[in-house]
Amino acid sequence: MTRQKFRLPVGGLIDRLQPIEFRFDGKRFEGYEGDTLASALLANGVRLVGRSFKYHRPRGIFTSGSEEPNALVELREGARREPNTRATVTELFEGLSACSQNRWPSLRFDWRAVNGLISALLPAGFYYKTFMWPASFWEKVYEPQIRRAAGLGRASSRADPDHYEASWHHCDLLVIGAGPAGLMAARAAARSGARVLIADEQARFGGTLLDEHVVIDGVTGVEWARACIEELKTSDNVTLLPRTTVFGHYDHNVLGAVERVNDHLAEPPPGQPRQRLWHIIARQVVLASGAMERGLSFTNNDRPGVMLASAVRSYVNRYAVAPGESAIVFANNDSGVRTVRDLKSVGLTVRALVDVRSGVDSAVRAELEDTGTQVFDNSVVLRAHGTTQLRGARIAPRGGGQGVDLDCDLLCLSGGHDPRIHLTSHTGVKPVFDNTLGCFLAGDLGESVSVVGGASGRFDMVTALRTGHDAGHEAALRCGFALAIEQPIPEVTGESAESASEALWQIAGATEKAFVDLQNDVTVDDLALAVREGFDSVELMKRYTTLGMATDQGKTSNVTGLAILGEQTQRAMADVGTTTFRPPYTPVAIGAFAGDSRGRHFQPVRYSPLHEWAVDLGAEFLEVGLWYRSRYFPKAGEDMAVASEREVLATRRSVGVCDVSTLGKIDIQGPDAGAFLNLLYSNGFKTLQVGKARYGLMLREDGILYDDGTASRLTADRYLMTTTTHNAAGVLAHMEFYHQCVWPGLDVQFCSVTEQWAGLAVAGPQSRELLSRVLPQISLDNDAFPYMAAGEFTFQGMALRLFRISFSGELGYEINVPAGYARAFADHLMEVGEAFGITPYGSEALDVMRIEKGHVTAKELNGQTTPHDLGLGRMVSQKKDYIGRFLSGRPGMIDANRQRIVGLVPERAGARLFAGAHLVGPGKSAIAKNDEGFVTSVTYSPALGHWIGLALVNGGEERIGEKMRAIEGLRGMEADVELVSPLFLDPEGVRLRD
Amino acid sequence: MRIPCPNCGERGLEEFSYRGDATVTRPTSIEPSSESAWLDYVYLRDNPYGPHWEFWHHISGCRAWFRLKRDTVTHKVLAVALAAGVDGEDHRS
Ligand SMILES: [Zn+2]
Repeated sequence: MTRQKFRLPVGGLIDRLQPIEFRFDGKRFEGYEGDTLASALLANGVRLVGRSFKYHRPRGIFTSGSEEPNALVELREGARREPNTRATVTELFEGLSACSQNRWPSLRFDWRAVNGLISALLPAGFYYKTFMWPASFWEKVYEPQIRRAAGLGRASSRADPDHYEASWHHCDLLVIGAGPAGLMAARAAARSGARVLIADEQARFGGTLLDEHVVIDGVTGVEWARACIEELKTSDNVTLLPRTTVFGHYDHNVLGAVERVNDHLAEPPPGQPRQRLWHIIARQVVLASGAMERGLSFTNNDRPGVMLASAVRSYVNRYAVAPGESAIVFANNDSGVRTVRDLKSVGLTVRALVDVRSGVDSAVRAELEDTGTQVFDNSVVLRAHGTTQLRGARIAPRGGGQGVDLDCDLLCLSGGHDPRIHLTSHTGVKPVFDNTLGCFLAGDLGESVSVVGGASGRFDMVTALRTGHDAGHEAALRCGFALAIEQPIPEVTGESAESASEALWQIAGATEKAFVDLQNDVTVDDLALAVREGFDSVELMKRYTTLGMATDQGKTSNVTGLAILGEQTQRAMADVGTTTFRPPYTPVAIGAFAGDSRGRHFQPVRYSPLHEWAVDLGAEFLEVGLWYRSRYFPKAGEDMAVASEREVLATRRSVGVCDVSTLGKIDIQGPDAGAFLNLLYSNGFKTLQVGKARYGLMLREDGILYDDGTASRLTADRYLMTTTTHNAAGVLAHMEFYHQCVWPGLDVQFCSVTEQWAGLAVAGPQSRELLSRVLPQISLDNDAFPYMAAGEFTFQGMALRLFRISFSGELGYEINVPAGYARAFADHLMEVGEAFGITPYGSEALDVMRIEKGHVTAKELNGQTTPHDLGLGRMVSQKKDYIGRFLSGRPGMIDANRQRIVGLVPERAGARLFAGAHLVGPGKSAIAKNDEGFVTSVTYSPALGHWIGLALVNGGEERIGEKMRAIEGLRGMEADVELVSPLFLDPEGVRLRD
Repeated sequence: MRIPCPNCGERGLEEFSYRGDATVTRPTSIEPSSESAWLDYVYLRDNPYGPHWEFWHHISGCRAWFRLKRDTVTHKVLAVALAAGVDGEDHRS
């Protein structure tokens, strides 16, 4: 194992007593508790960690935070392998295993780096230009090649073994970010009694206090933070969420956050989730998310060893790691000097400070030069030297000139700072460019969100503490904590006043690749090319060059890209525009969103009260919406077709029983119940007698069929409605809308009783005989209980509802019993029915029988058909108003040439029909122009001994007797058919009425 | 989003369903002369930029339909009233 050669001997917030072993690309290394993967790699001198997306250029670690564009690795192995994981935010754990991405055969020697050599052929818009023609080449040649060559890590193809959960949280104040400003805000609000939630994406609270040397109230920043966190932890009204990224800000202060509960371990402890998704509802939000440093664009600015200055300070101060031995610092602001000092304080060599600005303070210059650091002011770095490792840099005056080459293995950049205001634009508030500060600030966020500290564009510690405090205090007041008291602002020592930075977006004289977007390999030249080719609006340029469209969403590149676009087109930043940040702030695992809703728990399951009954009878089930319906009841050796045919024949010969509990049932009561039904159904219900059921059609207001079912009048003021299984919930909402919004004057109440009552259909010529034995106290002869009779009875002390209705076309009844008694009643029915050879039948047999009867279902009520189309025109009343009344009468809705229902039989005996087949005239070819309709339902008819079908065809019944071709292109099937009446069996309905 | 149900108070958006424009009124006439009123009622909707009355249904709650005045630009909720009204009045303004 390699020793930690680049670990500084003292300092840092790592625990040197707790070494951790890990692997990178198969090689074993050691780090310490408190490291990230990035800091541990640097401690071991590993600076080359990946290859870039497009050109396969060698890349190192660029940042120390979640905005990292380069250091993406595949973390873990097997089912837990996760691609594109940022090494900079991956906490080191024992046994961690990571691999570099997008390199072949090895990281150091990557064959596809040839992309870089031929990069002149791969400019912006390259895909658009090159692969437009010929089209077939795109699929067969270009796309597979590009997919192989370009790209990031590989996702595991195995099921995710981990669990995710969701949590909801309401609070007075949500503080996003636990740096100095966030801690102050949380503390001020907490002290006033407000319920505070404070979240930070890092494992440890403190933010920049952990990275920088600063003294607050006489103690180090780390110590001050520790005390502040301790106070928050001991306050009952404060919840602390470390390792939690607030990734989205939605309307009305609803926020989404993901807590990485156990990502810092090899795998979650048993029974614990890997991550937790938080839905946070906050009255006030304080955004204390800090700022990100900007890079600078010069030739080869992507070489491993080129890093952001703030990241370098973080590695040195927080992790006690030397990211290099000999550094050059290149900055346009005072963080350059700070970086030089921090590096020197741990004994590292700093060859030069290159400051874009002129007139470096003479005392500073003397201080640096006395300790061996050359100071170049009014100067720039023109290019970096080296390939897989930085070897030096060329420094030149801004005016021009050859410049000098200096050796170095670390180049620290600071091109200014960008406030992390991403969350503020999620609700549509556009950021505004501030010319004085040279960065985008949040737009007007109203009274429920405040932005403090670095996120507000002020980067000094004193302001962070003060604005944090003020926002926390103000938030508490706004939440009604009137006793909120202002707290003293801690005193900061050792922080010198900063002089202004000077924007520098691109460096003149860059001759080769000067990157703006490191993750998507977008260069300054690409942006210039986009402008030359006319893609000079932000949105077009983004899409043409792919700037900011990688997994980092351009965190380190968007602003620079905009500025360069502005310079190229001579527009001020405010005129160039801005890009809109969208959730999530950083990538969130799909698993976190899915939570428990996966596999068996993807959605709820609804079981009929007769489910166990059907299971015991050996039923196979079919998912219908959330329901499991018994589909058929196979005996040994039977498949679905054979079983269903047996069930149909048994029912038509003797008696069958079917679970119809899933039909929607709505109990409707009140003096105006009949009037209400009259408005809901297209046919009349007001005149329905007590003790009678009626089949009804519901239309939409536009005249299209919506649902069908029966309603039975149980008493003068009470009806029981049934709906189709899949529209049960919709019909209830539809009724509530009309009752509450359109006809609130109607005195009627209703509620769903679908779950409360089980339903059994008992059908077949022997059904009356059977029920007479089961329910001997009820007179079932044709006069006492005729077709469409309905009644409420008592059976052994249990309520029972009986309806003489039939979907199968046979003499039939439907029985409703309370759900809890369903099993007992069904068992009793089966016992008595044994003498009749009672046969349970499923939804498949029911479907066969209804097609034989020409009854329609959702296949025909398909959202395009009218009652007229389905031969139900007689059920459309002309005498009353009802939903859909007016528009169903439009000429186009009753046109005889509409696609209307017919029956189909194959011309050749034994030929099969297929649902979905299209109908064309005899001898016509199967092209759209000849299409005259389509087949909606088909079945083999046991009663008729051949296949039959229902179809919607132009002109409908007027064409009965014609021959057509039914063509099913997907399966390549075809049959010659004859159009017939859709009533295949017992067209007069004798069986129903006898 | 948070939606204030007149019965239940402020609840999460996921408990509600939405039915759009609440300023339209179903015509009462079924005479042929009312055709344009019907077509307007069923098909024509404004797409206002700013305050808008719309129907919401507390479908996973108390099942009340209500009218809610929402700014379509800011999503600010400006007013809310039960659709059926508590006193038979139409609360749209
Ligand atoms: Zn409610």
